[in-house]
Amino acid sequence: MSGHSTYQPQSRFMKWFEARLPVGALIHSSFVAYPTPRNLNYWWTFGGILTFMLAAQIVTGVVLAMHYTPTSKEAFDSVEQLMRDVNYGWLFRYVHANGGSMFFLAVYIHMFRGLYYGSYKEPREVLWILGVIIFVLMVATAFMGYVLPWGQMSFWAATVITNLFSAIPLFGNAITLWLWGGFAVDQPLLQRFYSLHYLLPFMIAGVVVLHVWALHVTGQNNPTGVDVKSDKDTVPFTPYATVKDGFMLVCFLILYGWFVFYIPNYLGHSDNYIPANPLQTPSHIVPEWYFLPFYAILRAIPSKLGGVAVMFGSIFVLFFVPWLDTSKVRSAKYRPLYRQFFWVLVVCCVGLGYLGSQAPEGGFVLAARILTAYYFLHFLVILPLLGLVEKPRAVPSSISESVLKGSAPAAAGTRAPDRNG
Amino acid sequence: MRRLILATAIVALSFSAVPAAFAAEAMKPTRQSWSFAGPFGLYDRAQLQRGFKVYREVCAACHGLKLVAFRTLASPGGPGFTEAQAKAVAGEYRITDGPNDRGEMFERPGILSDYIPSPDPNEQAARARLNGALPPDLSVITKARSYEVGFPGFIFDAFKQYQESGVDYVYAYLTGYENPPAGVTLSDTQFWNKVYPGNRTAMRPPFQKDQVEYPDGTPQTVEQYSKDVTAFLMWAAEPHLEARKRIGFQVMIFLLVFAGLMYFTKKKVWSAVH
Repeated sequence: MSGHSTYQPQSRFMKWFEARLPVGALIHSSFVAYPTPRNLNYWWTFGGILTFMLAAQIVTGVVLAMHYTPTSKEAFDSVEQLMRDVNYGWLFRYVHANGGSMFFLAVYIHMFRGLYYGSYKEPREVLWILGVIIFVLMVATAFMGYVLPWGQMSFWAATVITNLFSAIPLFGNAITLWLWGGFAVDQPLLQRFYSLHYLLPFMIAGVVVLHVWALHVTGQNNPTGVDVKSDKDTVPFTPYATVKDGFMLVCFLILYGWFVFYIPNYLGHSDNYIPANPLQTPSHIVPEWYFLPFYAILRAIPSKLGGVAVMFGSIFVLFFVPWLDTSKVRSAKYRPLYRQFFWVLVVCCVGLGYLGSQAPEGGFVLAARILTAYYFLHFLVILPLLGLVEKPRAVPSSISESVLKGSAPAAAGTRAPDRNG
Repeated sequence: MRRLILATAIVALSFSAVPAAFAAEAMKPTRQSWSFAGPFGLYDRAQLQRGFKVYREVCAACHGLKLVAFRTLASPGGPGFTEAQAKAVAGEYRITDGPNDRGEMFERPGILSDYIPSPDPNEQAARARLNGALPPDLSVITKARSYEVGFPGFIFDAFKQYQESGVDYVYAYLTGYENPPAGVTLSDTQFWNKVYPGNRTAMRPPFQKDQVEYPDGTPQTVEQYSKDVTAFLMWAAEPHLEARKRIGFQVMIFLLVFAGLMYFTKKKVWSAVH
């Protein structure tokens, strides 16, 4: 999306069209000639996988919407009708429901990759922030989508989450009533969630365009964190990145297919096959697995308002990561201390996920409090301090050098990376 | 190194409290072997037909199956009735239809496109008839029940393709009736079940030996009835299971070959720059 295009239209029609709307040049410069660092590893393929997942969710979702009835009386049965009586309805629904999980699996890998290789650092702050915005939109979309089948977990998840807003001082109850469109979670809420669940994916798609645009302005980060300096450091997107992304996407689809075809209800909760009943609370209300760490944080704080604030804070803090990290070296590969803290953070998040799935009692609450505290400690204290105390290893002077000489420490290596983005 | 110790300590801390949470009073179901489990699982037609007979003669007195249409009894991947048999079954039910041109509701024999009618017209009628208890509709019951597997078992289950926690629970429930432990008194409408959460269930033990006649010589035991009706309910909840697994296998073969081709293409393309 930047720089002069080398695209040469071949046919007469394309020449005619290109003179009026240079879409070919845009595609060519973005996805064909676009230079990508030659040392990208497989962790860099998840951007492409996420784009595929967004498209897959929109396509299957549009089909589901053709058969879904957003009323509290008929929603549950309409989903079952789709599963039974619509040709391949079961396939569309299982692909969509498990697609949500796969989407989040991919986005978490993508985000942790960014954290590990310092992909949020100058000049990619805006790129990172756009990514966090996409994540926030994904959270909202997934939550509202989970409500639509109107099973027990749908209903009670909606009840728990919308009730969070009642913790807001002064206006809390008014806001909650406004969200519900009534005095309880019922028809109006289901209908507006359906409307928003259809809207938000297109907003995600819009921000994804900005995200890719920002990426193509600054160029991709890479495992060394060193800037691209010459043509020797890069390879054209097509065929190199396309074929690598394609291979990984197919591998990802094998995992996805395993869930869809063999264990389609493994990631869901059996209570959601019980129609919503406002008079009967399930013994454990748990969200989908991808929200469990946030759920653990919410329940770790003894006050309702505090829990809500800290839970939203756990996402909000990500917006500031580019400035909280004071290290001049991007990649954790050359940051011996940060690398260890990174893995502690990963374990902390997985641990929070496990605690979110358990009843909030006894040792679980204590553990959740410790891990919640650690989560914020990582971003607010450890990250800023590390940059000041850590002695980074020698960084290779260029990407091509790191590729051609393997990972052996470079003799002519410089400590600080070049920062002319 | 100190960081690693810190990491280990945090992991240990977060998992050390695990066993205390599983002090549930209800017994965990034992896993049964089901013909429809695994990547090539298929329903046992004879078993589904027996299960349907058990449902009609026993369960249907209280439980509906409102999402199941008569036509699906003859659908591929189902109990394997012929269309004529399914038609005959439908004809034995009375369906309320209407209004007719005089504005009145009327009853007629069922046809293939009808859904199995529920025993009670509404929740209140069911509760009034059954001491306040509401028998759940069984259409998706085998997907609506489960039991906690816990860490690390649930991770292995993903690899083993274990997706039968619902049927294992339902079977264990149907066969889980026993005398209450000493000192426990039950009211007339409560029954002791070792897998039911809280143990006091409102459904009385549904089956007795030789209650339903099996013309094909299958043993007429409580266990066999429970097994057959549970398998039938699995089909009721997941009527396209066979198609799903068949298509899944085709998709997997395609993806594995595709992945192999992509891998070697990638290798070839990148060989120039490595």
